[in-house]
Amino acid sequence: MRNRILLAALLILPATLSAQMVVTADTLWTMTGPPIADAVVVIGPGGRIIAIGPREGTPIPRDATVRHAQHVTPGFIDAHTVVGLAGYLNQPHDQDQLETSDPIQPELRAVDAYNAREALVDWQRRFGTTTMHTGHGPGALASGQTMLVKTRGESVAEAVMVPAVAVAMTLGPDVSANFSGKSPGTRSKGIAMLRATFIAAREYAAKRAAEPGTPRNLRLEAMASVLNGDLAALITANTVVDILGALRLQAEFGFRLILDGAAESHQVADRIAAAGVPVILHPTMARHGGVMKNAAFTTLRTLHDAGVRVALQSGHEGYVPKTRLPLFEAAVATAFGSSRQEALAAITIDAARVLGIEGRVGSLAVGMDGDLVLFDGDPTEYLSHVCAVLIEGVLVSDGCH
Amino acid sequence: MPRSFAFLCCGLTLALAVQPVVAQEQPIAFIGARVIPVAGPELPNGTVVIHQGKVMAVGASGSVTIPDGAERRDVTGLVLMPGLVDSHSHVGGVAGADGTSPIQGDVRAMDAIDVRAASIDKARAGGITTVNVMPGSGHLMSGQTAYLKLRDGRTIDDLLLCTEGADPICGGMKMANGTNSQRAAPFPGTRGKSAALVREVFVKAQEYRAKVTAAGGDAAKLPPRDLELEAIGEVLDGRRVVHHHTHRHDDILTVLRLREEFGFRLVLHHISEGWKVADEIAAAGVASSVIVIDAPGGKLEAIDLSFETGKAVDEAGGLVGFHTDDGITDSRFFLRSAALAVRAGMDRQQAIEAVTIANARMLDLGDRVGTLAVGRDADLIVLSGDPFSVRTLVLETWVEGARLFDRSRPDDRLIAEGGWGAGDDAAMHVHADLEGHD
Repeated sequence: MRNRILLAALLILPATLSAQMVVTADTLWTMTGPPIADAVVVIGPGGRIIAIGPREGTPIPRDATVRHAQHVTPGFIDAHTVVGLAGYLNQPHDQDQLETSDPIQPELRAVDAYNAREALVDWQRRFGTTTMHTGHGPGALASGQTMLVKTRGESVAEAVMVPAVAVAMTLGPDVSANFSGKSPGTRSKGIAMLRATFIAAREYAAKRAAEPGTPRNLRLEAMASVLNGDLAALITANTVVDILGALRLQAEFGFRLILDGAAESHQVADRIAAAGVPVILHPTMARHGGVMKNAAFTTLRTLHDAGVRVALQSGHEGYVPKTRLPLFEAAVATAFGSSRQEALAAITIDAARVLGIEGRVGSLAVGMDGDLVLFDGDPTEYLSHVCAVLIEGVLVSDGCH
Repeated sequence: MPRSFAFLCCGLTLALAVQPVVAQEQPIAFIGARVIPVAGPELPNGTVVIHQGKVMAVGASGSVTIPDGAERRDVTGLVLMPGLVDSHSHVGGVAGADGTSPIQGDVRAMDAIDVRAASIDKARAGGITTVNVMPGSGHLMSGQTAYLKLRDGRTIDDLLLCTEGADPICGGMKMANGTNSQRAAPFPGTRGKSAALVREVFVKAQEYRAKVTAAGGDAAKLPPRDLELEAIGEVLDGRRVVHHHTHRHDDILTVLRLREEFGFRLVLHHISEGWKVADEIAAAGVASSVIVIDAPGGKLEAIDLSFETGKAVDEAGGLVGFHTDDGITDSRFFLRSAALAVRAGMDRQQAIEAVTIANARMLDLGDRVGTLAVGRDADLIVLSGDPFSVRTLVLETWVEGARLFDRSRPDDRLIAEGGWGAGDDAAMHVHADLEGHD
């Protein structure tokens, strides 16, 4: 494992020097439309796509490095994970995704805890994940902030794409379990605590605006950023009761809500659609226990049919496997009603739209980041391999996995 | 051991006698499927005939005589293979040893399994027809495992698979080493202590067995009964197989060392680092039941877990099976474990065997289940496509001639896909306490 990480790191260096990278594909999944047969993608020195289209009509620059693959997709987006804050050792020193000293700590920043050299980052990358929405995990009323990274670099500064995206919040019994002996001991108490905090943040923001000398309060500042739309509210809610609780909070405070987990969303898909709220759905293969006991393998399809914008995630695992992989979770969805295009969209273009980064990643078009995954067969099939991964034109994983 | 089994044998004899499984009166012919008999080459257009819960005939369509009065089922375009055998699972709400001591060989899984649990239905939905249900790995010896045929039974007795004869064995012995079984005394705190405790109890069992042998059947000379030493005696006699949880390469070698000393029959389980000692495993001639997990880590002993372990041990010459460790992986995705091993380079046929006959052999059931051959149990699954395709679904699961899972039935489809009500039973019994189960 350690050797493989080192190898990946070494590969990054020489490749940055090459001028232009060209990838040719028998089947190119641009995600902006149906796949293109016999296609070419040209990535410029800046790491952006400068030409894309059928081989006929898309000239290959003479000095370019050319790689060919049967199937090529955009780099995958893991729409919600804790990888980088959570490490594969699963020991206290590499578990920074949940701080249990207080149930509401939105001031905790993801950039202060992300380990770019974590083995699970490499594991994700070799299976095609190039962008991760990672940070503080589920399990507290407000556990902290999330961020967007590319799965590259040796430090958070080299990896970071957007340093603060959302405040991660959770409703339901899992919070009470993590704060045993303290509030919230019930669902209603949790909602009451969040409402009080939002109201305090609103008052704090008003006071800061009116009286510039008001001392800063990092906690209320973070919650005020949710209220003013700078940050999204990523609310993990799996049961119908908790999903409706999240929608009720959103209606009261008007923040930008992203529903997360949403195991029982198949029961209230119409309500979610009517509210115009996007969903980052639990991994397709999430275990069906606890608040997930009514989860279904078919929910991606159900939410699509209801008109909900939906992304898939690798999620948060407390034990083994320490992370799941977006590719595999999307692949399994194709056995349960989703087309390949829909399933891949949930880890590419739709994930980008949910996270507001569709102008940079999630599809292949001129001007988009040159993040590509090269396959030796149908990307969703068990027996196909990811044989190369590019981030902004740089080969970051080579060899078939 | 004869005296020790007086109670057990009679109870089981009775249980077998009241088995409610209805004999399959009418022969059934499955015609036109791609048949994967496992016992021989695939048949692109095959026919399988079953009757009285057994396989009557297997062959190319047209070459197999279909009995008069047989029900003919057209399965053209589908794939038919033996019911899957899972060599390591925790379905049925199983529990074994408690927290009082690290070695509890007297404890039996069969006393703690709820055969009506949703997890058993889900296993059938995944195509599993035979399963080794085990206590957890939080002990050096956490108890006797239970081999089950997933019949439509109402009680554990309806599902237990026991050896024939007056002194039946209905499972193996679950053992573990490494960190899961280490904690505060009286549990071991180190690997050295773990091995010493195991050696100590095996030596005691040897002495106990010697006294029983010396008594020569004279009840007056028999030592007082000791349920644990009796069970370990069955291990020493080779009648009860040790199913040993072990992850790290050195822990695997420790198990092989103990086996060398005491001569027990052994299946290694999980072997996250088995690829590092594949030659040693193969040279010892022991079987491996391998876990496939989506990422390495989650615990220190699994940081070098690899999709390539199955391939490595197979190519070294060892017998390889896969397991679900349900709920670590879901029984409904059992075929996926084999598929990921093939993705990592394992031979396709070996991977098919690793979810069927190889596991059956590890449970001493290779002459009953795991292949479609004449005289074998009529346990079979109907798949929508290739077993290693992500989009292949288990359409039907047949156990001893009875169709117990049918995806076209709404209730069964709910079990297969999940959804509202599919989780009403405590199917994730091990989820609340995953530590110590994998």
